Amino acid sequence: MEQFVELFSNVANFTWQQLLMIVIGGVLIYLAIKKDMEPTLLLPMGFGAILVNLPFVNTEAIETLFNAGIATELFPLLLFIGIGAMIDFGPLLSNPKMFLFGAAAQFGIFFTFIMARLIGFTLQDAGSIAIIGAADGPTSIYLANYFRSNYQGPIMVAAYSYMALVPIIQPPVIKLITTKRERRIRMPYNPSAVSGTTRVLFPIFVTIVAGTIAPKSAELIGFLMFGNLIRECGVLGSLSDTAQKTLANLVTLLLGISVAFKMKAELFVTVETLAIIGLGLVAFVFDTAGGVLFAKFLNLFLKNKVNPMIGAAGISAFPMASRVVHKLGQQEDNQNFLLMHAAGANVSGQIASVIAGGLMITLIEAML
Amino acid sequence: MKLLLSAMSFSWAPDTLLPSLLLMLKGMVGIFAVILLIWAFVTILNKVTNRK
Repeated sequence: MEQFVELFSNVANFTWQQLLMIVIGGVLIYLAIKKDMEPTLLLPMGFGAILVNLPFVNTEAIETLFNAGIATELFPLLLFIGIGAMIDFGPLLSNPKMFLFGAAAQFGIFFTFIMARLIGFTLQDAGSIAIIGAADGPTSIYLANYFRSNYQGPIMVAAYSYMALVPIIQPPVIKLITTKRERRIRMPYNPSAVSGTTRVLFPIFVTIVAGTIAPKSAELIGFLMFGNLIRECGVLGSLSDTAQKTLANLVTLLLGISVAFKMKAELFVTVETLAIIGLGLVAFVFDTAGGVLFAKFLNLFLKNKVNPMIGAAGISAFPMASRVVHKLGQQEDNQNFLLMHAAGANVSGQIASVIAGGLMITLIEAML
Repeated sequence: MKLLLSAMSFSWAPDTLLPSLLLMLKGMVGIFAVILLIWAFVTILNKVTNRK
């Protein structure tokens, strides 16, 4: 009987923080399965959060995965090959003025950096937190790890949760800063033809320019563009297919559970986590506002007005942001088709967010 | 605000505002510079390759 009771003696070793983390892990799994919120990452992260918070549990295997894949920045970079292979830059290349909105919608990153610094986060932590606004998981992981931030767990959870919440966060912000008349602006879609040469030269040129101006973004943008080159070159169909499916799935699987290593109660159950969750929301709100207000500013000078909602699609969360903008446009005028414009701005956001990450590293290192 | 932050183990650091604003300015200018270059390249490339 005593031996039987001893089997359960470890139950008494649970701390309330560990129990809270197990609940959080459960919530992440619930959101992944029932609400379909970024299930590929929230589910492994949720399960990992439960696993690493059992009392006296041996986390050597997860730590090894973390050290091999995240501390070396290997997983986010490999994932970028898959993402690059998945992205069709066609809507952007055929309508290149959409590039501007991707740049404008990174405003929230820098605004959040200011907020994080004002409440006392260090330069490195503020940079890592601000990049939640990149709406781009691998970039967030890359930066948080580059700066050796202790808040990698909360940053990951915030980044992926808010990406999934884009359809809830963006519409009220857009409606608050646009008039009904502006939301009804129609934009005819007359794309110029995009040649195969353009599609092949584009990833090479972007790597050279971004890597030269912001060398710290060279790896991130390089792997993203490498994936895209595999897709567009036309002679590596099998590799492109593998990158889009097998590689992306495998890395995502390992990434989620590896990040959980940083979701131990002692690192996660802190007041700073609440602040990070709040700052993540600030980042997404100001990204959206930045894009929309920039479009409104452009309209002061343009003869053919841009629907300012397109600016909101400049965040990197693809394809959620472009779908949100298209849906809002249809709500105001069911003959208004904004999807292709929004998709162009959206993929521009993919590039701009990575550049923002590289610039953030460069600028913060210059301040240290 | 200060009271709230001290209760949350944070510190109010207004002296960081100016350098942070400067970083924001440099960051946004940097992003637009890269994006404008890429835009110009794509526009030229589209014109050249579509002419053929």
